[in-house]
Amino acid sequence: MSPIIKPWDKDPVLTVEHLTMRFGGLVAINDLSFSVGRGDITALIGPNGAGKTTVFNCITGFYKPTTGMMTLRRAGGATHLLERMPDYMVSRKAKVARTFQNIRLFSGMTLLENLLVAQHNPLMIASGMTILGVLGIGGYHAKEHEAIERARYWLEKIKLIDRADDPAGDLPYGAQRRLEIARAMCTGPELLCLDEPAAGLNPRESADLNELLLGIRQEDKTSILLIEHDMSVVMEISDHVVVLEYGTKISDGTPMETKNDPRVVAAYLGVDDEEVVAVEHQLDEQNKAQGSQQ
Amino acid sequence: MSHAQSATAKSGVDFGKAIKDGLIAAVIAFALLGPLVGLRTDQNMSHELILTNEMPLAMIYVAIIGVGRFLLSAFVYPWISRRAAARTAKVKAVPTAVQLEAGVRRSRFAARGGLLFLFLYPAIIISLVGINGSIKWVDNFGVQILIYVMLGWGLNIVIGLAGLLDLGYVAFYAVGAYSYSLLAINFHLSFWLLLPIAGILAALWGVILGFPVLRLSGDYLAIVTMAFGEIIRLVLINWRDFSGGSAGISSIPKVTMFGIYSFDVGAPNNFAKVFHLAMSSAYYKIFLYYVILMLALLTAFVTTRLRRLPIGRAWEALREDEVACRSLGINTTNTKLTAFAIGAMFGGFAGSFFAARQGFVSPESFVFMESSVIVAIVVLGGMGSQIGVALAAIVMIGGTELLRELDFLKMFFGDGFNPDQFRMLLFGVAMVGIMVWKPRGFISKRYPTAFLFKKKSISGDLVKEGEG
Repeated sequence: MSPIIKPWDKDPVLTVEHLTMRFGGLVAINDLSFSVGRGDITALIGPNGAGKTTVFNCITGFYKPTTGMMTLRRAGGATHLLERMPDYMVSRKAKVARTFQNIRLFSGMTLLENLLVAQHNPLMIASGMTILGVLGIGGYHAKEHEAIERARYWLEKIKLIDRADDPAGDLPYGAQRRLEIARAMCTGPELLCLDEPAAGLNPRESADLNELLLGIRQEDKTSILLIEHDMSVVMEISDHVVVLEYGTKISDGTPMETKNDPRVVAAYLGVDDEEVVAVEHQLDEQNKAQGSQQ
Repeated sequence: MSHAQSATAKSGVDFGKAIKDGLIAAVIAFALLGPLVGLRTDQNMSHELILTNEMPLAMIYVAIIGVGRFLLSAFVYPWISRRAAARTAKVKAVPTAVQLEAGVRRSRFAARGGLLFLFLYPAIIISLVGINGSIKWVDNFGVQILIYVMLGWGLNIVIGLAGLLDLGYVAFYAVGAYSYSLLAINFHLSFWLLLPIAGILAALWGVILGFPVLRLSGDYLAIVTMAFGEIIRLVLINWRDFSGGSAGISSIPKVTMFGIYSFDVGAPNNFAKVFHLAMSSAYYKIFLYYVILMLALLTAFVTTRLRRLPIGRAWEALREDEVACRSLGINTTNTKLTAFAIGAMFGGFAGSFFAARQGFVSPESFVFMESSVIVAIVVLGGMGSQIGVALAAIVMIGGTELLRELDFLKMFFGDGFNPDQFRMLLFGVAMVGIMVWKPRGFISKRYPTAFLFKKKSISGDLVKEGEG
């Protein structure tokens, strides 16, 4: 096969190369390589326990991978090697934001406060690392006002502006998911990683979420990498799908390509051993056919 | 009949049922107590078994049980169920914005009134009991309580805001006290210069402790901080050349009124001498009262300011969810360290004030019991709430002091009764009672640090306590 350059390889915001993560004897991720195109919505899918969340934890610095390289290229041209950064620097310097599978909001703080905490680093500088802020010197107030306006923009976007002063823990589940996305976006990221954003949402909320994500890509020029089980979300909004099974990449392509990939079908629906052999045979034939075409 | 029924419905008391309950209880009690209490068997001098009739006593017991049961059924149980019903109703009813605003205004009004009272307190006491009688009330109550208010507010930053359980806070209090004592005695520096230095030294020790232990959380952090408190105390006991060992340091210089007036008896610029007043230690106590009041208010002011700055929000976010904080680019180690250092700094201020006020420090003043009292103040007050912590300090320190005044109990229990022995017991019972009644402390509400439309208080149920 001659190398066809896929659209997401032309200007990737994130390239993951040969990523391996071992926990003792367990190989959670095995030599995984993929790239996330700038401005794309990339979906990372796979059956339960395939290692999707582990990939996220490696990208966002919560785990240190055993081997591998993860390069983030910012729009300005700066590159960051994520595996060398502590978790908070991944967000601060490399501008990668994330949400969590089990929602992690600051439940005793208001929606507005949640979004202000997300703007901690710029506000910290504006408050003169707290010292000037305590003394009441400097332009902290103006900066805080800006931060509140930014929070207002996001609250309007996620349709929760009316509840700005309510505690986040009081929100219904779907609204909490939207707030978590807004909070991640308030850090001003270039890559937004969403861990199962549609889990537990009803169809209507799920449709709203699709709209929100498409809006984020269009208006805020942020690339999105998402883990998802809900195939309607994946098929509808993503440009690029990477399929994992037992920590290994089994498919990588457009949603249509992966949907029809027999290995993906097998991984999701489960097959007998004989069928695996059959599928592999089929794949070999496909490859041969492609090879003869070229 | 209908009239009686409506009366029953109105007052919620069913007397018929209550009387029946009381009678049944009395009958059962009589069946049990009649033979058990009413017939007493004894031995007489010639070792014969004799039967004494104690029926009247048994009847008194039976009457108490019967009437008691009647009162329970008629009044106590209905009252309890009414209260429970009212509480569930209150939980369901969402307070309106107007009510919430009124709540905020009321608490602000209470805070202002309290502040005014604090400033006028010495004047009120003097007008009530005279200048010499005021010493006890200003010093034992006023100054003592305010020291603990300040310590509570300082520790509130670490426990209440950042959610780090620090059981060794008294170590920073000790660092402040010894810093002032040693520097004042050896270098003859003024209190007003040494106050910030003692604070900075305590903050430095906060960072030194914080750096290795902040990767721990929860119980582990609590144990290590507790050990740190003990290490400081043991070093002070054993390093005699430095700290005077368990004999402590005495004749620590007093606080001067910014070097203009002194409170030393022999000094030419003695405050009472200059103003031709009768010699009394009351002036010094009143001056100390205002010094600690200003220090405590400084703590409150700085904490309030910090809460509205990004660092304060980061502390509270850290208490809510540390992992989420890190995902938002917050350096949690530094954030925890600043909480430790700033809390320790206020502990250091309070410590140097304590040393100057006592004129004597020894390791005895910095035992683990002190740490646990301060932690209890923070927890009892409601973690994170400054007014709650102040109330708790008043209740805890004022309460233990007030319980010294229990001599009137001798009227009931006879002269052989020593109320001082029951002071701590009563106090413990009161603490348990308060924690049952208000499990999240006096003030469990949290007020947000910023708002878009309306400031609403947040129920304590949603606010997390931190992992340690």
